[in-house]
Amino acid sequence: MAETPYSITILLLIPAVASLLTLLIPASRVSAPKWTALIATTATFVWSAMLFVQFDPNSPSMQFTQTVRWFEVGGFNVRYQVGMDGISLLLVLLTTFLMPLAVLSSWTIDRHLKAYMASMLALEVGMLGVFVSLDLILFYVFWEVMLIPMYFLIGVWGGERRIYAAVKFFIYTAAASLLMLAGIIVLYYASGADSFDLLEITERLAQGRVILSPVTEFLLFLAFFIAFAVKVPIFPFHTWLPDAHVEAPTAGSVILAGVLLKMGGYGLLRFCLPLFPKASLAFGPVIAVLAIIGIIYGALVAMVQPDVKKLVAYSSVSHLGLVVLGIFAFNHVSIEGATYQMLNHGVSTGALFALVGMIYDRRHTREISRFGGLAHSMPVYSALFMIMLLSSIGLPGLNGFVGEFLILQGTFLSSTVYAAFAVSTMVLSAVYMLWMYQRVFLGNITSEENRIVRDVNFREVAILLPLVAVAVWMGVQSGTFLRKMDVSVQNVIERVESAREQQIFRVENRGY
Amino acid sequence: MDINYLALLPEIILSLFGVLVMLAVPFAPAKMQTRLAYPALLGLLLAGAAALAFPVSAVQEGMLFHDQFGTFCKLLFFFSSSAVVLVSISYLDGMGLRKGEFYALVLFATVGMSLMANSADLIMTFLGLEILSIATYVLAGFRRQDIKSGEAALKYFILGSLSTAFLLYGIAFLYGATGTTKYAGMVEAVSVSTDRIVALFLGLGLLVVGFGFKAALVPFHVWTPDVYEGAPVPVTAHLAVSSKAAAFLALVRILYQVLPQLSTNWQTVFWMSAFLTMALGNIVALTQNNIKRMLAYSSIAHAGYLLLGIVANNREGLQAILFYLVSYALMTLGAFGVVQLVGREDEKSVAIEDYAGLGHRHPYLAAALSVFLISLAGIPATAGFMGKLFLFSAAIESQMYWLVLVAVLTSAIGLYYYLRVIVFMYMRESQTGQLEITVPTPAALAIAIMLAGTVYLGIFPGTFLRLAGEAARF
Repeated sequence: MAETPYSITILLLIPAVASLLTLLIPASRVSAPKWTALIATTATFVWSAMLFVQFDPNSPSMQFTQTVRWFEVGGFNVRYQVGMDGISLLLVLLTTFLMPLAVLSSWTIDRHLKAYMASMLALEVGMLGVFVSLDLILFYVFWEVMLIPMYFLIGVWGGERRIYAAVKFFIYTAAASLLMLAGIIVLYYASGADSFDLLEITERLAQGRVILSPVTEFLLFLAFFIAFAVKVPIFPFHTWLPDAHVEAPTAGSVILAGVLLKMGGYGLLRFCLPLFPKASLAFGPVIAVLAIIGIIYGALVAMVQPDVKKLVAYSSVSHLGLVVLGIFAFNHVSIEGATYQMLNHGVSTGALFALVGMIYDRRHTREISRFGGLAHSMPVYSALFMIMLLSSIGLPGLNGFVGEFLILQGTFLSSTVYAAFAVSTMVLSAVYMLWMYQRVFLGNITSEENRIVRDVNFREVAILLPLVAVAVWMGVQSGTFLRKMDVSVQNVIERVESAREQQIFRVENRGY
Repeated sequence: MDINYLALLPEIILSLFGVLVMLAVPFAPAKMQTRLAYPALLGLLLAGAAALAFPVSAVQEGMLFHDQFGTFCKLLFFFSSSAVVLVSISYLDGMGLRKGEFYALVLFATVGMSLMANSADLIMTFLGLEILSIATYVLAGFRRQDIKSGEAALKYFILGSLSTAFLLYGIAFLYGATGTTKYAGMVEAVSVSTDRIVALFLGLGLLVVGFGFKAALVPFHVWTPDVYEGAPVPVTAHLAVSSKAAAFLALVRILYQVLPQLSTNWQTVFWMSAFLTMALGNIVALTQNNIKRMLAYSSIAHAGYLLLGIVANNREGLQAILFYLVSYALMTLGAFGVVQLVGREDEKSVAIEDYAGLGHRHPYLAAALSVFLISLAGIPATAGFMGKLFLFSAAIESQMYWLVLVAVLTSAIGLYYYLRVIVFMYMRESQTGQLEITVPTPAALAIAIMLAGTVYLGIFPGTFLRLAGEAARF
């Protein structure tokens, strides 16, 4: 297949067209929407896998780029500009990989199925759009548009407190993003660029053609950072997450944990660090401390949760704290680890949410105390659960280990103190996860309901096996993925390094 | 003095059709009364065609301007009045208010708006405002049997007359300061000498009161919620969109064209008003349970966003105002169109609770309303987002960072009350059982046009923005 300039557009169009088609399916065709969604998401995955193969890991520039003028009036020049580097490529792949699985895990939904599947597909368009946009306005459009289908997914198909959770999710993220919108416009005028082209603005700043005053840079950094921090979420912006995760339908949680949270980390890597390296360095220690608080706090809160889904939700806060710490340790190893860990978290936490959804479908409860001895009645389920759990706590040989190891190694190079605190994640996550596992799966069967519960069916195995396979692959053959992002991570870190050198230079000069 | 009748053709057509409708009213049987909407529509269409057919030649001196800005305004007014006429047919039928005067009044109000925005003389501005006001006072009380409608008309009339008095007083001061009521003469007088600066300031201040009342800017907004709630829904839409837009555009013309020398002064005034308008509109809208009142406060909030464009005081600001007014007209008229249909006869269901379960019973209506609300909230892929983007951008270009910050924060508040309606439509079950809503063709057509426009401007804003840019010069 020859490389076309439409590669990414096609990637976005498949789910977009499918989303509209789903809405047109007549109501009499009951199961047509889910098949449409499954086929479309699978096709998107296949397409992105082909892009993954084609992607040239040695090229430092964006690939598969396409630029079309969107609207241009006066000095206002907005483009449909898309492209991928290694970091976005991997996150795109993660998204397209999780989507068919999420669709499969929604197979039993019967209320307003058409609208549900259309929302899922629209959500995919939004998420992919965020990862491939190279125009700030286009990025913002996808970033916000994506909230609407998610809001409906939580609000219509969610659990008991779904309305509260949906509104909280929407308002938290949208309010934070509005600041970013103001930031984008200020950045545009401050940079003197003639369009919202991210690459051009980054380059202008990097080459020193425009120098932002420290105050401007700090404020702009904050405007962007808060939007991303809410999404990640970084402590103390995390309070929407447990609500949204717990109330969302299973597929919603899978996508929330698997992809949406990654958009925050991606934003930090794509915008905050390259655009505002000095402010990033200056705020680095504060953010690192917040990240460490998140790691420990998330783990401790996870430990005492009576609800499995909540436990997994809080474990996300902890794990993403580690990702943020990796990003703000500012070296190649740590950032590569952070990116890798985002992928890992997507796979393993996505899988855990899917697993929790399966048991909830059977027992209509997620309370740990209501379970016990499931290993006897559901041996396959228990085994798969164990594998994904071990992947989540970072057992060597599975994916989580590689990411955590790289982050901790990188952090150690930057600061031994941070690393020392961060290592606690290894211990704490083992504690809450294994303790939960023991209470739910081991021991004797305490109630009749737990005895007669069915083991996983074919559809559920079809969801879990790819996840397990990828977890193993990413654990053993991490090179496949790391190689693709190497150069892109180097790009990010170079911006920060040069800013750091300038600062050191200035400090030295002041000394003499 | 030669009169360029071609330039006046749209207003002439509208007045003629208005008179024709008036004359037809006594002769038409009760059933045919609402059919008079079609001649009124025809009049609006012809007027629009006339405005487009005779392109701007030279700026006309005398009482009226004939420029691109004015043409843009005219088309906006004709468009929104057509929408009001379309949705009102079934409304009047449903209410048992089969009175053709309604359409004549809408046409006269449209003439007034058109004169206001094109006026080149303060006297003409005043006349336009009065033509508009008197028609809308009557329209607000059109449901004569309804006590709330009567209250709305009376309140609107009393407060409106007071504000008109302020306006007239302001005109007197400006005349005193400059010795003329003509815009051109005033520009000259202001640029030559400013020794009557006090009178100039007083005149400007009083003018702001008069226009601020019509545009529902804080602190001159107090009439808005009651009048919007009491007036018939199509009239509310008319007040919230056309009447507000007319006041805004007339004000913009005076500020940008006549008094640019005083810009630092009026910028300060509008800075404060923008701050208050955005904050109050959005915060009070949070607590509303009647959807008409909610949309009333939301329209106050949107006037606040529009003020960003005035405060910006640059060409981008003007362009953004024009673009935003079009977006605002689309989404607000659309929202009121749906509100009117859901309200049914006698406006029984105008509480937000009444929208529970609408998403499942009437998926198309609910989807349309959701798009309008999302657009009002300023979420991307809708006209509302693009409008806000351009307004914010213009304000940031003028370094009004704090005001943009206020706009951002208050927009965030706005998310809540717009979403609340969507929550009811999709996420709550109806308590009152099934409501049968009939969707008549004219109203459906109007809503569909608004919907298409809202989405089109949200995705392809380029063409309209360019048109707004061309119109944004005097």
